[in-house]
Amino acid sequence: MAVRRPYVRPMAGWWRRNPFYIFYMLREATSVFVALYALQLLYGLYTLAVGEAAFDAWLVSLRHPLFLVFHGVALAAALLHAFTWFNVAPKAMPVLYLGSHRVADRTLVWAQYLIFAVISVAILGVVLGG
Amino acid sequence: MPKRSNEPVFWALFGAGGVVAAFVLPALIVVTGLAAPLGLPSPGVLSYERVSAFAASLPGAAFLFVVISLSLWHGFHRIYHSLHELGVHRGLSVVRVLCYGTALAGTALTAYLLVTAI
Repeated sequence: MAVRRPYVRPMAGWWRRNPFYIFYMLREATSVFVALYALQLLYGLYTLAVGEAAFDAWLVSLRHPLFLVFHGVALAAALLHAFTWFNVAPKAMPVLYLGSHRVADRTLVWAQYLIFAVISVAILGVVLGG
Repeated sequence: MPKRSNEPVFWALFGAGGVVAAFVLPALIVVTGLAAPLGLPSPGVLSYERVSAFAASLPGAAFLFVVISLSLWHGFHRIYHSLHELGVHRGLSVVRVLCYGTALAGTALTAYLLVTAI
């Protein structure tokens, strides 16, 4: 008697078959750069604790073209993360009411963009301007 | 009593980290990864004196701790769950320990470095 072999849909490469899933995986991939950048910051903090020579060596290492490329890609990843995060936030958070009026999703998304702009300008202004 | 999932704890850290990373990381990457190495607008943007004074201040230390630790929890939680979607199933419990272990160790090291800096 032949053993029954039910059809199992192959799952390998499932996300490459649909542009929506490609974008989904691109969004998930931003996490790799968030984690690597956090580790990079942690390493910088470690050199800071070791002393001035170690910290300056870390600053010099950041000038390497590979690190500049890494940070360029990390910036793009962080912006994609921010963009997608702000857009889904209204779906993930409890419904917000002002009085008896429900705050529209669009308003919440734009409010986050506004806060993002204020924080970014503040960081860039304080560090690069001061 | 049914066995309860510990997922909400890690999801909360993932969510908090997602908020912090979204609002702060782009500007921070521009500062430490691009502007400082390229000497823009002037060299010494991240001088040792400046950064150590920042890390030794309470607001500065709190900022660095929140950014580094929560970004680690966010990043490694998402990496762990993406591996499942890429078809990595064998040894996933080991990967889980490695992912959350790195985030935990990074959090502890960040706290230690900042507390000794203050």
